[in-house]
Amino acid sequence: MKPKEPILEIRGVNKFFPGIKALDGVHLTIRPGEVHALIGENGAGKSTLVKILTGVYFPTSGEILLDGAPIEFKDALDAQSAGIAAIHQEASMFPDLSVTENIFMGHHLIHPATKRIDWKGMKRHTRELLKRMELDISGDTLVKNLGVAQRHMVEIAKALSLDARVVIMDEPTSALTLREVEDLYKIVRQLKREGKAIIFISHKFDEIFEICDYFTVLRDGKYIGEGSVAHSSVDEIIRMMVGRSLDQLFPKSDSLLGEVVLSVHHLSQTGFFRDISFDLRKGEILGFFGLIGAGRSEVMRTIFGIDRASHGYIELKGEKVSITNPRSAMKQGIAFVPEDRQNQGIILQMSITRNITLPQIHDIAKASVLNNSTEKRIAKEAGEQMEIKAAGYHVDADTLSGGNQQKVVLAKWLATHPEILILDEPTKGIDVATKAAVHEFVSTMASRGLAVILVSSELPEVMGMSDRIIVMHEGRITAQFEAKDADTDEIMKAATGHEEEAV
Amino acid sequence: MRLIRILRAAVARREISLIILIGVLLALVTMRAPMFLSGNNIQRIVNDTVILIMVSLGQLLVILTGGIDLSVGSIIAFSGMSASLINQAHPAIPAALILFIGVLVGTALGMVNGAVVAFGKVPPIITTLGTMSIFRGFTFVISKGQWVTAHEMSQSYMNLPHGDFLGLTNLIWWGVLVSVVMMYFSTYTRSGREVYAIGGNTTAARFVGVSERKIKFMIFTISGFLSGLAGVMWTARYAAAVNETATGFELQTVAACVIGGVSIAGGSGTVAGVILGGLFIGIINNALPVINLSPFYQMFIQGSIVLLAMLINTLADRRQEKMLLNRRRS
Amino acid sequence: MASAKSPLMGSGRLIDENSFKERMIVLFTKWETLLALLFVLEIVVFSNITPYFLDYFNLMNASFTFMEKAVMALPMIFVIMSGDIDISIASIIALVSFAMGYAAEAGVDTAGLIMIGLSVGILAGMFNGFFITKLGMPAIAVTLATQSLFRGISQAVLEDHAYTTYPESFAYFGQGYVGDSLIPFELVLFLVLAVIMGFILHKTTYGRQLYAIGNSKSAARFAGIYVDRVRFINFALNGLFCGIAAILLTSRIGSTRPNIALNWDIETITLVVLGGVSIMGGRGTVPGVTVAIFLLGYLKFGMGLLNISAKIMIITTGVLLIIAVLLPNFLDLIKAKRKLRMQQVRQS
Repeated sequence: MKPKEPILEIRGVNKFFPGIKALDGVHLTIRPGEVHALIGENGAGKSTLVKILTGVYFPTSGEILLDGAPIEFKDALDAQSAGIAAIHQEASMFPDLSVTENIFMGHHLIHPATKRIDWKGMKRHTRELLKRMELDISGDTLVKNLGVAQRHMVEIAKALSLDARVVIMDEPTSALTLREVEDLYKIVRQLKREGKAIIFISHKFDEIFEICDYFTVLRDGKYIGEGSVAHSSVDEIIRMMVGRSLDQLFPKSDSLLGEVVLSVHHLSQTGFFRDISFDLRKGEILGFFGLIGAGRSEVMRTIFGIDRASHGYIELKGEKVSITNPRSAMKQGIAFVPEDRQNQGIILQMSITRNITLPQIHDIAKASVLNNSTEKRIAKEAGEQMEIKAAGYHVDADTLSGGNQQKVVLAKWLATHPEILILDEPTKGIDVATKAAVHEFVSTMASRGLAVILVSSELPEVMGMSDRIIVMHEGRITAQFEAKDADTDEIMKAATGHEEEAV
Repeated sequence: MRLIRILRAAVARREISLIILIGVLLALVTMRAPMFLSGNNIQRIVNDTVILIMVSLGQLLVILTGGIDLSVGSIIAFSGMSASLINQAHPAIPAALILFIGVLVGTALGMVNGAVVAFGKVPPIITTLGTMSIFRGFTFVISKGQWVTAHEMSQSYMNLPHGDFLGLTNLIWWGVLVSVVMMYFSTYTRSGREVYAIGGNTTAARFVGVSERKIKFMIFTISGFLSGLAGVMWTARYAAAVNETATGFELQTVAACVIGGVSIAGGSGTVAGVILGGLFIGIINNALPVINLSPFYQMFIQGSIVLLAMLINTLADRRQEKMLLNRRRS
Repeated sequence: MASAKSPLMGSGRLIDENSFKERMIVLFTKWETLLALLFVLEIVVFSNITPYFLDYFNLMNASFTFMEKAVMALPMIFVIMSGDIDISIASIIALVSFAMGYAAEAGVDTAGLIMIGLSVGILAGMFNGFFITKLGMPAIAVTLATQSLFRGISQAVLEDHAYTTYPESFAYFGQGYVGDSLIPFELVLFLVLAVIMGFILHKTTYGRQLYAIGNSKSAARFAGIYVDRVRFINFALNGLFCGIAAILLTSRIGSTRPNIALNWDIETITLVVLGGVSIMGGRGTVPGVTVAIFLLGYLKFGMGLLNISAKIMIITTGVLLIIAVLLPNFLDLIKAKRKLRMQQVRQS
């Protein structure tokens, strides 16, 4: 059967940012009625490519073809009218507006005669849409009153309402339960029948093999290859993704586990997590796995003192402690690398040196007065340990690549000589080489006695790095595994709420 | 019972609680001075407050996008002075035309604000802080430091806000017109809804194709338009164009918005709320002399009320957040 | 900006940072340098137009007119750098002046007046700080309200009268000179305060925290900085300095009226922004603001000598404020375009 003419084609697209080449000669061919997987690790360039497809960024060079003819999207609206819609990973919604309005913002329905907004029509449309997706939400609810998963479904509804020809789904199932994922598949298959094309971005191979027809692999911003899903294997795809085979990726060394340094008892925070209890030993890497919205980051933030717990307590080395702010956490030897690097982990407009010394300024200063040479020395020591690549430590952090920025964040915390290091999605958005370096470094520090908590949504990472894995789902711990007993299926079941027994 | 739930939801809505509050306020004042609730007095209060309401509606749009317009007082002064000076120099020109010119002047000034904010990307607070001085300075320049008083104004000019159509003055009718148009704009037009989007989540708004530049330029222009209208009406009503006209008026417009439940951060607030907020302020201003409180207390009371209103807003939001958290995971 | 990785070693800069040309460009595009040059230009221009400008006595005496605002500008640097704003400062002066006048009428002596002035100032600042940091209300809104509230207190009691009874020794602060020299006390006080504030901002942990908070409140918090405590202190400091300014001003004009220092909030913010402090927070220096203070102060003086009216001055201040922000935006755009072009050249 002759393959259909492509709706959308990307040829040789490059994208530069000041100091960074995000995309290098990328190709992509999307045909109608096809579910096309866009595969690549964090930082491979997928989100940049999506932003170009949706008109948010302009390609620095290269071609985009719509129905065979070259096209340039002036802006997001232009791409939308061309029939390209994207569903984003982070819900980008208007919290004070209703579900109906969130769906229709930018293209409100208008009465042809009176030229005024057709609220009735939009509400009716929304009701039908929500019914079609089997969602139990009222169109009048304000988005700020919805939960994370619900917001995600509204995002999907939004794209559907645009009658797009190409629907881009960026990690659409990360916050959904198993049943909601099935519903999503139903919608995807329906769209296929209607002749729409779907670009499906996902980490999860079971999904890719379940629902996708074709795939394209990106790595380090470059086009690596493409193929039909039915004619490929997981190993082939992984090799294209990472350039190496799986077991070369995680240089985990076995370490001797020491005494318990952290003991969490029935920790709860109303609305976010409940009854969290676990122990952490010296030299141990404890992995925390779960879907987005499971509550892992919230638990860690509470341990670090950013947020307050409503119940429960923490013990450090057997003694009960009360941690009410980050500084007291730091004094107790806890360090925290947050998930949101650019807004919470690093200060982009400050130099590398100043970023590294920031948590310690009070200790460095004599009578509150800072000393340049002392700062430079401390920063250099920590930075060299992490092998930060920069033109000099006086440069602002925003000139660094994502990977180097993360190295600065790690250097910053390691310079405080912590006993407990909490990492929240530490390899998100960085290149593969730096990712391996980070893993190696964490392993080494653990073998020297550092106690590590690793929060991650990448199953291979969690399984490869951890001595023990705790799985959370909707605010509760649903399972605990020793690394050697860990089974992918069991972990996924626990993460999606299918594990009935609590630990 | 369902009825209680409906009532509770209704009171949770700012507009309803404001109406109740206004009712309570009126009752209190009337107890002290029974004359307060007479038809004449009510008309006078509304007349006094229409200008505040109109300009506050312009301020509403700016605040909805997360900005603020500190130059409204200066725009009022400048357009009022321009109109009065023209009237003084050419009394033969029909008052309606002068009104038109004054509005045009205000709109032009608003466009200056809009251009600097939307295209120069200068934050609204700095822009309007600057234009506040610039426009007021220009007022001094065109007036050469002099005032325009009743003697120099034509009768038809001074009559602009008066009149008696169906028992209400021209000014009140203008207020009704502006309110209706603004209500329509904010509820039934795309641009109106996009104003809410920009304030609610600017990045998301850009993603769905809302033009931040267009909207920001538009709202400052509208604010200027309304201030221009207010300027002519102000000078006509008080039969004087003074260099210090409407100094400090911006606070009152923000107060009307805040009392009306508008969030300073942007993204939420209604026309009805602002109208009620304005009425609330108007009643208080008029109640002061009636309950024998010296008018010199006005500034202090206004500042306190705004602070109190914001406090209530903040505490109410906090409680709502908590309720939501309690509901979500249990 | 994409958080994508760079396949390049180093930061990817093509420009040779250490070349003389490049260093000159960096120096000259620094805001503070531009200000200094403008200041020199101003002196040259005015001294050529009128002989009265470059007169030591005149220059010293002219400083009286802007030293109070100068004092107010110093703590404002901290406030704005942390991402906040305070438009109630002129009203705090009104309140402090009122409190001192009230006490003076009751017979309190100069030392007592100073105590009262400073205390009322700090309390007003803490009042602002409480609502903004403890209750989390936006600074612009709170200070917009207290702008009326504080001055309203003075107006409610004073109505349209004035306090004019002040002890003789009180006049020294605003009218006196240091020793036998012709240098006004106000000027010396300001310079001392400027040095102290400059030291705090540029050399101490407190100053470092201000920079961090101004650039990213969140990241600062995650690094263990007590963000809200610092912001509260900023507002309290603001109040204290307004108290000092109120003492100087009241002492200089010898009386208290409810409309004292009217509009001085805008003028002070203008000085700070013109001095290179970014309204978005995280950028600015004390020397920069100091140059801006003298630049504008003597600009007014010079224009006064040339009989240019005050109204023009008001307009000029507004225009300068807008240009002060417009220009860097424009420059940043050019810088980014340059970086992008350099990057592409290297890649091809």
